[in-house]
Amino acid sequence: MEGAIQNNIPGIDADCGGSMACATCHVYVKEEWFNRIPKKEDGEEDMLDMAFEPNKFSRLSCQITVTDDLDGLIVQLPSKQA
Amino acid sequence: MIKTDALIIGAGPTGLFTAHQLKLIGLDCEIVDNLDKIGGQCIELYPDKPIYDIPAIPECTGEELTNNLINQLKPFDIKFHLSERVDEVKKINENWEVKTNKGTIFLTPNIIIAGGVGSFEPRKFAPKECQKYEDKSIFYSIKDKTIFSGKTVSIFGGGDSALDWAVELSSNSKVNLVHRRDEFRGAKSTLDKVYELEKAGKINLFTKYQLKAVKGNGNLKSIDILHDNKDLKTLETDFVLGFFGLIMQLGPIANWGLNIDKKTITVDTEKFETNQKGIYAVGDICSYPGKLKLILSGFHEGALAARACFKLARPNEKYRFEFTTSSKTIKNRLGVKGD
Repeated sequence: MEGAIQNNIPGIDADCGGSMACATCHVYVKEEWFNRIPKKEDGEEDMLDMAFEPNKFSRLSCQITVTDDLDGLIVQLPSKQA
Repeated sequence: MIKTDALIIGAGPTGLFTAHQLKLIGLDCEIVDNLDKIGGQCIELYPDKPIYDIPAIPECTGEELTNNLINQLKPFDIKFHLSERVDEVKKINENWEVKTNKGTIFLTPNIIIAGGVGSFEPRKFAPKECQKYEDKSIFYSIKDKTIFSGKTVSIFGGGDSALDWAVELSSNSKVNLVHRRDEFRGAKSTLDKVYELEKAGKINLFTKYQLKAVKGNGNLKSIDILHDNKDLKTLETDFVLGFFGLIMQLGPIANWGLNIDKKTITVDTEKFETNQKGIYAVGDICSYPGKLKLILSGFHEGALAARACFKLARPNEKYRFEFTTSSKTIKNRLGVKGD
């Protein structure tokens, strides 16, 4: 999420600035990557209830900490954030 | 009609400090906010989270910051209009006429938008055709529950609002409760009641389903809901309720003819004025080269916009810069004794 905001990537709004309070940095993680990234913590699924068209590969990008292991990670964006 | 020197939209930290600056230089002001309380994002999103970058305050929470700013305004008489959203703005000669959703009308030469990332509005359903039924058969909040009596109501959501209304309406209506997963985040006691009512046949529960389509001609007839496993169900229903929490939207401000870039309003850095004379934007909602979304930046922007307001509010007077440490006039306004 920080990478997207600081590089003006459209489609990730992140209204709350990354505090898991708004569900406007919602992304769909490619299936082959979904189980390789760190699992959701408490509260993320609750927040995803409010996201626009969530599915089983939904994550809040503010909760995905990018590390070297995630090199090559592919995510897709919902048609809008709200 | 309320006449004032400046109208502030938004009662977050930036709006509050801007009010302080206006009062210091002898202008009056009123504040409108869509929320039912003072504090903006600091109160609504992170009242308990510590903030570490307010100058001279090593650490404070959003709530403490708000309370301090309210204290700082104590010497002044400032009217707050809470739970009101500014809807329309019209130029009348040298003034702006501003109307709220509750019918309050302001006449002012200066409007300062300190709206953060916009006003908090309910999140809506994804299918586009839902718009056609909004406020007729599809609702995001309930004003009059009697209209549901004897009807079929389909409620979407997994939080307290969805659960509470499912329980409440099940006594007089046929209720479908639809949620995108098996787990609910609402209070356990309410959830237990929902399961009881399901067993008693009072509530039909559909989990792992989301709204796919709405159908009807003029009046809502039925909805299609889609399961995670692609199973499609059609439910006959008279009403649909959606409870997905709040989202920040620019709202009616987007239609005021201001230059907008993404969700922010473009301003100059001398007066923080928009492309419309007498309308300023300060805090998170404004943008200019180098803009930082920090509370301290909002304070600076508000201080400068307040000085710009003076020119339009007192066209025949000259603004004179004064320090709070030495000015007798300012001390009088603050109600403190001079030395």
